[in-house]
Amino acid sequence: MSTDHKAVENELHPDTVALVNRIMRRHAALSVRVGLVFIVILIAIPLLNLYVPRIVTSDVAGFPVPWLILGVLFFPLTWVLSAYFVKASEELDAQIIKDEEHIS
Amino acid sequence: MTIPLLFVIITVAATIGLGIWATNKSKTGSDFFVAGRSVSVFWNASAISGEYLSAASFMGIAGLVMKFGYDALWYPVGYAAGYLFLLLFIAGPLRRFGAYTIPDFAEGRFDSPAFRKIAVIFVLCIGFFYTMPQMKGAGLTMATILHWPYFAGILVVGAVITFNVVQGGMKGITLVQAVQYWMKLFAISAPLFVLMSVFGGYATGLSNSRIEPIKVPDFTAPKVIKIEGTAPLNVLNAPTSDPIHITFPDGAEIAKVTSSAKLEPGTTFTPLFTVDKSALIPVADYGKGFTLPSGAAINCRPQSVTQPSGKTVMTSAKFEFSKPTSAAFEESAPVPNAPTDGKWLNPFGGLTSKHGYPLLYTYSLIIALVCGTAGLPHILVRFYTNPDGKAAKRTTLWVMVMLGAFYVFPPIWGTLGRNVLPDLYVSGKFDSIVIRLPELLENKTMGQILSGITSAGAFAAFMSTFSGLLVSMSGAFAHDIYGKMIRPNATIEARLKAFKYAAVGVGVISMALGLFVESFDIAQMVLWAFAIGASSYFPLLLMGAWWRGLTRQGATAGMLLGGFASLSAIVTTMLIDKKVVTLSVSPLVRSLMEQPAIWGVPLSILTMVIVSKLTASSIPPDVDLKMLRLHAPEELGHSLDYID
Repeated sequence: MSTDHKAVENELHPDTVALVNRIMRRHAALSVRVGLVFIVILIAIPLLNLYVPRIVTSDVAGFPVPWLILGVLFFPLTWVLSAYFVKASEELDAQIIKDEEHIS
Repeated sequence: MTIPLLFVIITVAATIGLGIWATNKSKTGSDFFVAGRSVSVFWNASAISGEYLSAASFMGIAGLVMKFGYDALWYPVGYAAGYLFLLLFIAGPLRRFGAYTIPDFAEGRFDSPAFRKIAVIFVLCIGFFYTMPQMKGAGLTMATILHWPYFAGILVVGAVITFNVVQGGMKGITLVQAVQYWMKLFAISAPLFVLMSVFGGYATGLSNSRIEPIKVPDFTAPKVIKIEGTAPLNVLNAPTSDPIHITFPDGAEIAKVTSSAKLEPGTTFTPLFTVDKSALIPVADYGKGFTLPSGAAINCRPQSVTQPSGKTVMTSAKFEFSKPTSAAFEESAPVPNAPTDGKWLNPFGGLTSKHGYPLLYTYSLIIALVCGTAGLPHILVRFYTNPDGKAAKRTTLWVMVMLGAFYVFPPIWGTLGRNVLPDLYVSGKFDSIVIRLPELLENKTMGQILSGITSAGAFAAFMSTFSGLLVSMSGAFAHDIYGKMIRPNATIEARLKAFKYAAVGVGVISMALGLFVESFDIAQMVLWAFAIGASSYFPLLLMGAWWRGLTRQGATAGMLLGGFASLSAIVTTMLIDKKVVTLSVSPLVRSLMEQPAIWGVPLSILTMVIVSKLTASSIPPDVDLKMLRLHAPEELGHSLDYID
């Protein structure tokens, strides 16, 4: 495949189009995977609050559990998710470069 | 109040000084201060966090948690979650594409200068919505620490910042913002540790609300509190837990007496209250309103009312005043307007159940915050001070850590406020909590110093955000409107001049808008800016980065329809709250108007898909190349810097 800019004017070589598709699919898969975990958590918290009253009335170290989750624990969760994403996406980029160089 | 003033003056002087120093330094060739090319990830992340933490984060969340309790925790969660969403779906591709602003992306992705113009309109629109709460923060802080009139604080602060931006002092923005993040983190956390050692810890504060769900906080000492004369702050809801005796030392003009709880239509209700010196007041006028002479007092008793559906509800009288009024309360009287402990501590309390659709309201709030972050005009620009996509992602990880570390603290302020400063429920000035709370300490000097620290933090908050917005918006005027539309051949000098005029103009408009919003919650106003961004820019960026089939026409139609529909819903809500217009709509429609993101975002995306399918012939011919630039790792050599 060609990574030469001059060759890549308006009409891309079919190989390059295939490359774009491959790269986008792999990036999208990673983003969607991490995003889904996160979206499921965001959707679940209000539902649990509404339908599992036992959670609402329970305490941990004096903290009501819903308060502990949203006011404290949620933030470390975002750190874990973004740390995982950053690491995985760096690995993915490295992998893509290796694969594509191998092809060319 | 000289100590807090001193702290504020030092903050302002240091900000201006640091800006000028960094600007001069940048002339010596150090990249750090200009675009941050060689900035370490740590300092760059500090700068981004510094700009993101606005008056809403510093003052607004604490106030909102005190006012509404658990429901308000969604705000800090949403601000942090929004950043994560930006990282997952938008940040990487946009950094690779090399577009530095949303108008740049709009033009570059669709090769359409016309589209840039439309994008600029939204930069300005969202920008102005976001400046209003910053202005309120400024006016309120000055009113609280110096007892200036509200407008004076806005004029002084607005003028100082505008002057600073016009002077070009913002070139040193990276360093100033970075320092301001650490100032804000210190100011929100350090005073809390002192306060908690005196007034009790976080968990203690929360468990005070655990004992009896129908209780409200009590006044710890006799209090005279000033109540505003204009909606929505002119209200006194008698507590539904216990009877209350309220004295009006200067009399009162009461416009209306109704039920404090929302009742189903058709419920028969007569508020139960007696007036001392009642001989002076014709009883027949109770329903319409009446005037109380100086020193008159009202006694209110809660009552149980059976509604047509068979549900019974505890309610009491709700008084609306037509003039500013002083109200005196006895020691250990229940605090009017305060939500009950159960409503405050538990999910689906006063904020989300306001109109009876708590789940809908909660999800709409989450969508607005999560999707709206990407649409803030000053956020994406900051992000591009990273040298490449890899550094950009690492920086974002640090930003998440810094934001999370900050957002743990504002809810603690709100919890303490409910326990020791319940007066704010009556005056409605929740946003002043971080400044007022330290003043309650026995040790007055210590109180003044801590209050000085939080005042300085508040100043850092609205100064950094307002400066950032002013630069983005003036830039949009100078670069996009003047430089691309009015005089395309304008020289650099002419554009610089246009930037300065624009900065003055935008500054003046922002101050004028700030005067209008004194009675709105800071965090609520910020949410509106987020909601408009979520329904206009977020779909553009998400679809533009990931869907090849998006056409210029589709993107334009979706952005305009989603953006303007949300905007009109929000403006109408503001006017209803202010009682400028009366519009009776069903509670469901009212919820959807107040929180438009849940329909605005899908509407915008759907419109983009449909219109793009209809205009598929105008998909840019080089769309594959654009996608390559958006997604291929830099090392493959497809990235271009779109802007020279």
